[in-house]
Amino acid sequence: MNSVVKGASYVLVHAPDMLVKNGTTQTTERIVNPNSEYLKTLGKHLRSYDDAVAYLPNQVYIGNLDPVELRKHEQPWYGTKFEDAARYGRFGEIMPQAEFYFLIQACDEFELVRLEKGFVGEYKDAFFASPVVTDLIRNRIHDGVDAEQLEKILKEDGEGLYLGDRLVGAVKKAHDVDLALSSHVLLENLVSKASHVLSLLHLVDKAGISPAEVDYVIDCSEEACGDMNQRGGGNFAKASAEIAGFSNATGIDTRGFCASPVHALTIAASLVKAGTYKNVVVSAGGSTAKLGMNGKDHIKKDMPLVEDVIGGFAVWIGEDDGKNPIIDLDHVGRHTVGTGSSPQAVITSLVSDPLQKAGLKITDIDIYSPEMQNPDCTKPAGAGDVPVANLKMIAALGVKQGILERKDINDFVEKHGVPGFAPTQGHIPSGVPFIGYGREALLNGAVNRIMIVGKGSLFLGRLTNLFDGVSFMMLPNEGKVEETGKASGEELRKIVAESLRGFAKSLLSEDQDE
Amino acid sequence: MDLENQRRVKEFAEQLGPENVVVLIGASEGSASALAAETVTAGDPTYAGPLTGVSLGLQVYHVCEDAVKAEFDEAIYEDQVSMMEMVIDLDDIVEQMESIRSQFTKY
Repeated sequence: MNSVVKGASYVLVHAPDMLVKNGTTQTTERIVNPNSEYLKTLGKHLRSYDDAVAYLPNQVYIGNLDPVELRKHEQPWYGTKFEDAARYGRFGEIMPQAEFYFLIQACDEFELVRLEKGFVGEYKDAFFASPVVTDLIRNRIHDGVDAEQLEKILKEDGEGLYLGDRLVGAVKKAHDVDLALSSHVLLENLVSKASHVLSLLHLVDKAGISPAEVDYVIDCSEEACGDMNQRGGGNFAKASAEIAGFSNATGIDTRGFCASPVHALTIAASLVKAGTYKNVVVSAGGSTAKLGMNGKDHIKKDMPLVEDVIGGFAVWIGEDDGKNPIIDLDHVGRHTVGTGSSPQAVITSLVSDPLQKAGLKITDIDIYSPEMQNPDCTKPAGAGDVPVANLKMIAALGVKQGILERKDINDFVEKHGVPGFAPTQGHIPSGVPFIGYGREALLNGAVNRIMIVGKGSLFLGRLTNLFDGVSFMMLPNEGKVEETGKASGEELRKIVAESLRGFAKSLLSEDQDE
Repeated sequence: MDLENQRRVKEFAEQLGPENVVVLIGASEGSASALAAETVTAGDPTYAGPLTGVSLGLQVYHVCEDAVKAEFDEAIYEDQVSMMEMVIDLDDIVEQMESIRSQFTKY
């Protein structure tokens, strides 16, 4: 039986103070150049929550504005406010930082996170009013501690949680010497877990999956959870599923830098197609480390620090229901060890090889969703418009194959792609941000084929110089539900009857031989 | 430029002599190419890596510039680079690379 995409959720958390305190560009600067101009001017470039909500790419991400609508607005987009902006969208929400601190505390099982009493009194009602926060989560929130206790935690190598200059919470270290359990690592992991949980809560709310229905969760983020004996032991998936109330689920973490979500989706679709599980959720939270990653370039260009949101998403892969779009597992693209690293080789392996296998051409895909980074973040940093560059590479391969003419490259980009709108959170922009819109476009017949492409920079981990990538196609469901590996009652009767006939014939021929 | 790459470029210049090293850049944008070129000539302008304050003055080219292209086996260039050449703004890249070379290259 085919696997289908039954729904998706997308969430953002506005985290300006985590950008300042926890983003690696900023933490590195504090170590190597503590009196730098950059650190002094940082605060002036932070956006308010309302500005982050009104930001066009953020509204696209949570489902309030179709990505193609971005073309109507001149880049850069940070100067434009979306008039109909809202905290909640049809795929998720943009959660304010203060409420997110409550979710971090709710995700803590070991009394490592403490919030200040006054802060809890001030913001608890707002957090509890969220339409997706469950009683299970509400019941985990503590009353809070005195401010002195937070200071004590910081003196003992803890990490602070801030609202501006105000210390409102702290994370303790969980071991005296184990760096894998330092407060810094724990905070990163708890942020990843909490934003993952938020994505799962919205998947329940928006896609309508019942928490008890979920069999398996695959976390495809880029953090590692463990201790010094098993630094990447895991498991974010099960830990997040627990807080989301997925009591019948287990799960696993997949890793592969930014390529991980597309790997995880093909694994999930295969698990469902094989009949191992009925409902698999592929999901991830975001990263504090990448907040303000290109901040120096943004400040140089006198623009706001637009990398101020933590991202998350969840995709529900289920059994063929004759309605939802199918993941085509027969024609999956993959960059192998022997593929090579030239752009030609990469695009051939990810795009044209699977298409050729399916008897299709580059132009037969209506929409490609490669890395969907928001160009407002990448262009000022000299990295260009990443989705456009990817689309151009696909078109250029079409030119080399004689399918397109060189003058058609820009038209191809416009016709077969959508503008980038996802935060630069590594795995978050990698192909998956378009699955929500893509599913709807396939359901309403606006498009016929979508290709999701994920790529990952494995060389950053210094274990290999290789790059990685995988891709798959999403196709419309024609309503013919195929049972794979299972025969119906009628089919079984036919098989038994044919066997008996064959057996009778063989007996007859044996009689005649004698 | 990646801190690890800065370290490697610095080591090669020390081992082989800066006059014997040519750095080839494969970035797809003019500004990113110029940033990398500046790093291996004038020093790391981001003040983050091993080339901070180190002016190596190396020879540096983008892989699609004519002088480098002429050195390639045509078939290999066609197979490995030609597709990207179609996609990038080569005029901008060449202009920025020439500007960096005229200011900072010593060899």
